[in-house]
Amino acid sequence: MTKLSIERLSKSFGSESIIDNLSLHVNEAEFVSILGPSGSGKSTLFHLIGGLYPPEKGEIYLDEQRITGKRGAISYMPQSSSLLPWRTILDNVLLGAEIAGKRDMETARGMLNKAGLGGYEAAYPSQLSGGMKQRASFIRSLLSPQSLICLDEPFSALDEFTRLEMQKWLLSIWEHYKRSILFVTHNIEEALFLSDRIIVLSNKPAHVQREFTIPFTRPREESLMLTQEFLEWKKTIYNELREFS
Amino acid sequence: MNKLIHRGWRPGLVLILLLTLWEASSRVFEVPDWLLPAPSLIWQEAIHGWSQYSHHLFSTIQLSLLGFVIGTSFGLFVAIILHMVPSLRESFYPLIILSQNIPIIVLAPLLVIWFGFGWLPKVIVIVLVCFFPIAVATMDGLKQTNQELIHYMKMAGASNGQIFRKLQWPHAVPSMFSGLKISATYSVMGAVISEWLGANEGIGVYMTLASSSFRTDRVFVAIFFIMMLSLLFFGVISQAEKSLTKWQSKGGDQQHD
Repeated sequence: MTKLSIERLSKSFGSESIIDNLSLHVNEAEFVSILGPSGSGKSTLFHLIGGLYPPEKGEIYLDEQRITGKRGAISYMPQSSSLLPWRTILDNVLLGAEIAGKRDMETARGMLNKAGLGGYEAAYPSQLSGGMKQRASFIRSLLSPQSLICLDEPFSALDEFTRLEMQKWLLSIWEHYKRSILFVTHNIEEALFLSDRIIVLSNKPAHVQREFTIPFTRPREESLMLTQEFLEWKKTIYNELREFS
Repeated sequence: MNKLIHRGWRPGLVLILLLTLWEASSRVFEVPDWLLPAPSLIWQEAIHGWSQYSHHLFSTIQLSLLGFVIGTSFGLFVAIILHMVPSLRESFYPLIILSQNIPIIVLAPLLVIWFGFGWLPKVIVIVLVCFFPIAVATMDGLKQTNQELIHYMKMAGASNGQIFRKLQWPHAVPSMFSGLKISATYSVMGAVISEWLGANEGIGVYMTLASSSFRTDRVFVAIFFIMMLSLLFFGVISQAEKSLTKWQSKGGDQQHD
């Protein structure tokens, strides 16, 4: 079943065309990554899905409802953790739910525990490490009532080791909760390791250049990254990206 | 308490040294009391004259508190309105800055002509000096809210009211306190100036009476209490700030992994 469907979307700022005739979809409980060079309009795409501004052309549907230019339909996790510094971790993860009007303390506590953040409920974001902040931020997205989660390069600011830890953690959490995820990244390995499907965007103006269905079975182990098949995939996608830039 | 001693002993020592120097020189050079009384004399006047000036002191405390509360409310009101309505901000912001360029000492007699000798012109003087730091600081705090956080809130479906209550307002609280601390000390100064204009009681009145009768020791007592009052107000606001912005003092150096 299709969760999110984007049809022939176009957006430009002034005379510069950012997104041109872009169509893609995300299925129920599917993990889709969008891969593209930096500055290829990935963030703009998320802002469009989130309804920050309307597109020039095209429509966006969620659960077959038109959400073009409508806010509050998706759960969004930005690049920086964007936790509010004056709220405790518990209050922060409840923010998304609070905006929608319902706080569920018990579920939140349970999820924090599972995320390895038990005992930090009353801490402030400044007391947490970068990885912990991103985990809290992801928990916030999970606790929000919206069914589609959009992640905008959530691990790009982390160091290599923390990033790998976070990817494994994200997979384990996602395999448990099975939400539809649209994940933006510029890291090929990250996209391969996490996704069911990878959508490669072209340079500006962005449109879908190619789509890959990733055949690796789940649950995925870290050792997957060192297999020949994984490296072959990496090469294929790398060439695809290079061809266009 | 230990921390206070640890941080305060240097300025404390300098203060004691200066006072000793003052005391010694006024004795050695036999400076007349009406010109510059020794600290010991001032101290004696402060203790023995309590019954004569205590009502002045309380009147000033009342006046500055009243002015401060009204000034703060007005400052916050101005900040929020100007923040919410950009066209108002464009038209009024320069005027607000202009209002601060009028010397209070010139404006005060005018206020007396318009509003008489009651409490109203006095409170207006205090409000005028108080509201500006609060309005400017709060407005800056509101304006400097992280754009990415605003995007997050918008995409999460937050209404403008929610964005203001949950994001912009808490973000502006630390800046607001910077404004409050300045205003708190200004309010005492404003109260004393407004009492010079004509009042029945208050530190300002006490000071004018003392200086016109060459009771220089009393002038110094008045100065001492003005300083103490300002310090006290400042301290109360600082404490309130600490307890309301706990999140700022925590963290930073105590990261966990």
